[in-house]
Amino acid sequence: MRLFPSEASSVAPEVDHLVLFLIGLSLIFIVLIFLPLVYFAFKYRRGTKADRTPPRLAQWKLEVTWSIIPLLLMMGVFAWGASLYFHIERPPADAFEINVVGKQWMWKVEHQEGVREINAIHVPVGRSVKLVMTSQDVIHSFFIPDFRIKQDVVPGKYTTEWFNAAKPGSYYLFCSQFCGTDHAKMIGRITVMEPPAYESWLASNSSGGTLAVAGAKLFTELGCSGCHGANSKVRAPKLEGIYGKPVPLEGSVFQIADDKYIRDCILQENHLHVAGFQPLMPTFKGHASEEELMELIAYIKSLGRTNPEEDVNLEGTK
Amino acid sequence: MNAIELEPSPALQEEEPGNYLSESHTVASWLLTTDHKRIGILYLYSILFFFIIASFAAATMRLELLNPQGSLVLSETYNKLFTIHGVLMVWFFLIPSIPAVLGNFTIPMMIGARDVAFPRLNLLSWYIFIGGGLFALYSIVSGGVDTGWTFYTPFSSTYSNTHVIAMAAGVFVAGFSTIITGLNFMVTIHKMRAPGLTWFRLPLFIWSLYSTSLIMVLATPVLAITLALLSLERFWGIGIFDPKLGGDPVLFQHLFWFYSHPAVYIMILPGMGVISEIIPCFARKRIFGYYFVAFSSVAIAVLGFLVWGHHMFVSSQSVYAGLIFSLLSFIVSVPSAIKVFNWTATLYKGSISFETPMLYAFGFIGLFTIGGLTGLFLASLGADVHLHDTYFVIAHFHYIMVGGMVMAFMGGLHYWWPKITGRMYPEFMGKIAALVTFIGFNLTFFPQFLLGYLGMPRRYHTYPPEFQIFHILSTAGASILGVGYLLPLIYFIYSLRYGKKAGPNPWRATGLEWQTSSPPPKDNFLRTPVVKRAPYDYSPFEEEHPQNV
Repeated sequence: MRLFPSEASSVAPEVDHLVLFLIGLSLIFIVLIFLPLVYFAFKYRRGTKADRTPPRLAQWKLEVTWSIIPLLLMMGVFAWGASLYFHIERPPADAFEINVVGKQWMWKVEHQEGVREINAIHVPVGRSVKLVMTSQDVIHSFFIPDFRIKQDVVPGKYTTEWFNAAKPGSYYLFCSQFCGTDHAKMIGRITVMEPPAYESWLASNSSGGTLAVAGAKLFTELGCSGCHGANSKVRAPKLEGIYGKPVPLEGSVFQIADDKYIRDCILQENHLHVAGFQPLMPTFKGHASEEELMELIAYIKSLGRTNPEEDVNLEGTK
Repeated sequence: MNAIELEPSPALQEEEPGNYLSESHTVASWLLTTDHKRIGILYLYSILFFFIIASFAAATMRLELLNPQGSLVLSETYNKLFTIHGVLMVWFFLIPSIPAVLGNFTIPMMIGARDVAFPRLNLLSWYIFIGGGLFALYSIVSGGVDTGWTFYTPFSSTYSNTHVIAMAAGVFVAGFSTIITGLNFMVTIHKMRAPGLTWFRLPLFIWSLYSTSLIMVLATPVLAITLALLSLERFWGIGIFDPKLGGDPVLFQHLFWFYSHPAVYIMILPGMGVISEIIPCFARKRIFGYYFVAFSSVAIAVLGFLVWGHHMFVSSQSVYAGLIFSLLSFIVSVPSAIKVFNWTATLYKGSISFETPMLYAFGFIGLFTIGGLTGLFLASLGADVHLHDTYFVIAHFHYIMVGGMVMAFMGGLHYWWPKITGRMYPEFMGKIAALVTFIGFNLTFFPQFLLGYLGMPRRYHTYPPEFQIFHILSTAGASILGVGYLLPLIYFIYSLRYGKKAGPNPWRATGLEWQTSSPPPKDNFLRTPVVKRAPYDYSPFEEEHPQNV
C-alpha cells in the first residue's frame, strides 16, 4: 500500500518537501492544541482535587503571542508555496511544445513532428516539455499525480503546463475537472522513455509532415494565403517573423503576437487588427477545429524563422 | 448566582400552565405561526428531510465506490447522486442548520426578547425555503442534475442535458430565505436586546450569528445573480460564460466562489458560536478571551470575502492573483486558530464534566483543527496544484463542514434539547452516539486525505484499482457514521415522550434562555429580564465547593 505517489518529475520532490514540512507543522500544532486540551480535561475534571483559584494569566500577552506566532509561520509557508508555484507555473525557455486538445471524454495530443496520439503522450526523460492546451467543449483539467502538476484546460483560450520527467515509466493522466458523464473515463497514460527509444518511437510513428507543414496546407486551403501570402494583391499584414513579436495596433498600442492573439484574430471578426490595415479579415469560426488552429499557429510560428533556436517564450497565457 | 436579575416567580417553578408547544395543536397553528420557536422547529423538520435524502445519496455513492469498476449505478446516476448530495447538503441542510434552527429558537431568548424583529418575515423565509426545496425536489424527481453543486460553466450552461435550470431555481429561491433570515437576525440583535444587554455582554453565539448574517445578506445576492446569468445563457443562449457564445467560463467561477467561499463561513461560524456556549457551561468557566473570540468571528466574516480565488489556483487565473488569494487565505486562518486557543485556555482550572454536548464540543475542536490545518496545504500554492480537485479537498471540507458544523449542530441540539422540548435525552445513549460519530467520521474521511495525495480525482465514478483499499475503509467508516446519526434520531423521538422532565435549567447555565421555563412560554419570558453582568458567569470553585458559598 503506497502512501505517496512516485516522484516522477523534477518538481515532484519539491512539492513533497513542502508537503512534508506542512505535515510536520501540522503535527506540532496538533500537539500544542491537543496536549493541553487532554491534560486540562483530565486534570480539571469535575470532582478532582485541583487548584481552581481563578488563574492570573496575562491575557493580552497570551492572545498576542498565539496570534503573532501563527501569523509569522503562515507568512513563511505562504512564501515557500508561492515560490514553488511560480516554478511550477512558468515553463523554462528551452521546453519543447506538445499540443493538447481536451474534449468530452478524451485527450487529443499533437507533437510538433506531426505525430498524433489519443489518451497517451510519449515524452523523453530529462527534457522540459511544455503542453499548450485548449478544450473544444467544456473545462477539463490535465492532472499527472506522479508529476505533481495540474492545469485546467479551458475552452476559448490556451493554457500551458510543463514538466521534466525524471524517470522512465508509465504514469496516469487524469481529467480532474468534472466534465460530464464519462469524466472518470477521461484517463490517459504518460509514457516516459529514454531519449533514443523516444527518437525511434517518433520516427516510426510520424506518417505525414510536421504540424507546421499541415498548417501550411491549411493556410492555402482556407484561403489565408489569398491575402497574407507573398504574392497577394490584397493589403494584409505579412506574417513572416511576427510570432512572439509586438504587433502595432490602432492607437499606438502594441500586442504580442502569441498563440492566443493569433487564435482570436482567426476566430473573431476584426479582432484588434494591425495598424494601417483595413479591418477586412472575415471570421473562420466554425471552419477550423482546435487542432487545425494549432496547426495554423505552428505554421505562422515557422514563417520567417531563420534560426529555430531563437524561439523565445513570450506566451501571454499562463 | 445568575447573570440576570429575575425574581424566581412561583408560577415559573410550578407546572407551567402553557408553553409554546401546548398553546395549540392544530396544523394551522404550526403553518401560520409567527413564533420564532415554532419556526425553528419547522426548519428542524425540513432540514432533517433534506438531510435524509442527501445522506442516502452519499450512502449510495460510498457503496458504489467499494468497487473500482462501479457496478452499482451508471455514470449518469453517480454524477446525479453527488450533485443531489452537494446541493441539498449545502443549501438545504448546512446553511439553514444552526442559524435557522438553533438560531431561530435561541436568539430572541438569549437576548431577552419576545420574538425576532420581524416575526411574519421569519415565517415567510421558511415558506420561501420550502419553495426553493420544491424546485430542487422537482429537478431531482424529473431526472436529476449532473453538474455537481458548483454548476461550472460551460458544462452547466450548454452541455449538460439535465434539469439545471430547475435546480438553479431551487437554490436561487432558497437564497432569498437565507437573505431574509440574515436580515431578520441582524435587526433583532441590534434592536431587541434586553435592558442592560450591551454588545459585550452578548453571548458569543450571538456574535457568531451576527457575523454569519452579515455574510448571508451580502454574499447571497451574488449567488442569485450568478445563477440567473447561468439560466439566461442556458435558456436563451445569451453569451456570458460559454466561449462559443463569446463568454468567459472562468468568470462564472469568480462569481460563484465570491459567494461560495463566504458561504463556507456561513457553514462554520455558527458552529464556532455553539462551541463557545457549550465549553464555558461544562467547564464552569468564563470564556477565555471573550473579545478575541467575538472579534475573530467578525474578522472571519470580513476576510472571508477576499479569498475566493483560492478555489481557482489552476483555473488559468493570473498567477499574481493566485499570490494575493493565497496570502489572504493564510491570514484568514489566524482568527480560527485564535478561537481554538481560547477554547483550550477556557478549560484551564475549570471544573469539567463530560455530558453529551461537551463530548461533541471536544469532537468539534479535534476535527475542526485537522480540517483547518489541512486547509493550509490547500492555501499553499505549490501544494494546491497537486491537491486541487482531489479527494484531499473532499476530506478537508468534510472535516470542516461535517466534523465542524454538524458536530456543533449535534452538540447544540443536545444542549438546547431540554429547552426546546422540556425533556432530557438519554445521557448514556447520547455519549455513545457522540463517540460513534467521532470514530465513524474519522474512518470515513481520514483515508480520503491519503487518497487525494495519491492523486485520486474527485467526482470519479470509476477509478484505478490501486485506490480501492482506501475507498473500502472510507465506506466502512461511513456505515459507522450512519449509526452515529441514526441513534440520536431514535432517542430524541423516544425522549419526547419518555425523557425525564428537564426543568428550566438542567445545565445550570447562565444564558438568558435558561432563565425561563422549559419549554418556554409563547412570549419566552413572563417579564423582560434585566441584564447586569457579563455572560458566562460561571465559577469552577463554587462548582467544586458548593458548601462554601
